[in-house]
Amino acid sequence: MTVRDGDQVTYSEALRQALADEMSENEDIIVIGEDVGLYGGAYGVTKGLLDRFGPQRVLDTPISEPCIVGTAVGAAMTGLRPVAEIMYVDFAGLVMDQLANQAAKIRYMFGGQIGVPLVLRTQGGAGRSAAAQHSQSLESWFAHVPGLRVVMPATVNDAYHLLRQSLTKPDPVVFVEHKGLYRTKGTLDRQQPDGVWGRPVRRRHGDDVVLVSYSGMLFTALEAAEALSGRGIEATVWDLRCLNPMDLGEVIESVCRSGRAAVISESCTTGGFSAELASQITERSFDHLEEPVIRIGGEDVPIPAAPALETAAIPSAGLIVDSIAWLVAREKPEWAA
Amino acid sequence: MNSASRLIDLYRTMRRIRTFEERVGEMFVRQGTAGSMLHLSIGEEGVAGICAEMGEDDSFTAHHRGHGIFLARGGRPDRMFAEIGGREAGYCAGKGGSMHIADVALGHLGANAIVGGGIPHSVGAALTYRTKGLGRVSVAFFGDGAMQQGVLHESMNLAALWSLPVLFVCINNHYGMGTRTDRASANTDFAARARAAGLAGREVDGTDVEAVAACAGDMLEDARSGKPGLLTMNCYRFFGHARMDKSPYRNEKEELEGRQRDPVASARMLLAERGLATGDELDLLDNEIAEEIDGALDWAMDRPQAAPAAIFTDVYGEGEPAPVPVRRRLSEILGEAGP
Repeated sequence: MTVRDGDQVTYSEALRQALADEMSENEDIIVIGEDVGLYGGAYGVTKGLLDRFGPQRVLDTPISEPCIVGTAVGAAMTGLRPVAEIMYVDFAGLVMDQLANQAAKIRYMFGGQIGVPLVLRTQGGAGRSAAAQHSQSLESWFAHVPGLRVVMPATVNDAYHLLRQSLTKPDPVVFVEHKGLYRTKGTLDRQQPDGVWGRPVRRRHGDDVVLVSYSGMLFTALEAAEALSGRGIEATVWDLRCLNPMDLGEVIESVCRSGRAAVISESCTTGGFSAELASQITERSFDHLEEPVIRIGGEDVPIPAAPALETAAIPSAGLIVDSIAWLVAREKPEWAA
Repeated sequence: MNSASRLIDLYRTMRRIRTFEERVGEMFVRQGTAGSMLHLSIGEEGVAGICAEMGEDDSFTAHHRGHGIFLARGGRPDRMFAEIGGREAGYCAGKGGSMHIADVALGHLGANAIVGGGIPHSVGAALTYRTKGLGRVSVAFFGDGAMQQGVLHESMNLAALWSLPVLFVCINNHYGMGTRTDRASANTDFAARARAAGLAGREVDGTDVEAVAACAGDMLEDARSGKPGLLTMNCYRFFGHARMDKSPYRNEKEELEGRQRDPVASARMLLAERGLATGDELDLLDNEIAEEIDGALDWAMDRPQAAPAAIFTDVYGEGEPAPVPVRRRLSEILGEAGP
């Protein structure tokens, strides 16, 4: 199952390779979660790890999410480095005590005596007609809790490197994959990360407008940027990669140059992380802005099951193109109210 | 250790807990610096029996009513008072307070203020010990309130399923805040619940510290060999849930009777009955303890308050990106260097 550098691999394979490589180097890493062993993970990410590393290090658990995370917390406090898998980010409601009250606060409450080096792998996002309890984007919940790092890779190379980097950090990392990306292919270079931990990466250059995105929406934003190019509007597209830590310095600089920016997220718009981004960008580039920093986000509705409805609930490339053309060139879309 | 010196040791531990808890309220009177949360473990001193049976390398998690457990495992009263009093010299530099005192070096994996929240951490510690073959046990201490929490049942199930070296200890003082156990559960036979989960389940009278120790000793050894269990220690919470609680949910008669179930007084009586110590000798010991605890309190009160700048440390590991203070954020936006 080992891949070679330069191979075209899937996001899923890159994650598996990251786990395998890091587990080979660090015996303290265990993988713990529902159906991570015999089944190989609901989306197949952990396939083969049980055979390779054995049942002491790849542990199938009962369906007890709070206990999975709580056990991982205790293991992390005493010398193991657990990768706890929560099958769907939607199950965060079950684990938020262990994550937000326990993992995130233990170092602080105990005056720095002990840390919780735990990686919580989970996946979110729409696109598979999985309905309201299996399709959400809940990163703002985690990003609102001091003590948690939040990582959301979009590319294959980032899936690999950010997961490996997460496994070297001293603090709990919530690592949110996107279910729509597992089969996407890309080039894996195991020696060369896309960028630095905590800093966004520019995925496209353009002078007219800055699009800030992350996770699955990155590709929708890039698709929109290509379409906009055909209409004479050139966009810079940033991929955040990490929501905490997050150094927006270069993003702000690019917004100051172009004077226009949009934040594009799959998560529903109100009270979301996109608001945090828009606010920080506005605060730090205010004198250079030609227009308000806009959010193009998911609708404020639960994710519906029917494909036609689901598609309507999250931003499409078409919506982004329309909105950016309006923002930059004052071209009113058909849907303008 | 012979039984004479053992009982006197257990008595000493329990008396130190009692005196500590009696004095800790003074901090609020002497300087209004301690936090609002203070949960006394008076009446629950029988935990000394469990703590005495634990191995030096065994770890434990505790709950919001955890002063006594920590003292019995070697916690220093001076640094405990300092923590409760918001002093930098406290065990957690003032960031934890009464409900989160911990000393990892003593195997204390943290006192938790979410009911049941620390229980799976003991399961996780036990997983580490099994994985690394360390021969240690992790003990999860919690109150009867946690018996109704889902995470306890999940934890008991996993511990039994994986044969982990963990001992669950329910300190049953019969009240979850103001709700008596029989108003919280139709089945208050907690040991039976443990057995239903595939664990050993036993119950012991918390006023008899020797019985507590004997029972805990057996169960700890079983846990060490991969047979985890739940021990319910029955006792009575002498005072209200927390400092401001005047216990409107129970009557004086019940309280007076409940306070007859006194583990410290029982041990003292036994020592005298068996001729192991005279009343004078025990008075002397009590006075020594009172002096120690008073000295610890004075020491803590004389320590400086925690410095506000410390709020930004320990959110993340050393050298990792730290939170940006509000004043710095505002300076970046509004200051000369701003946009």
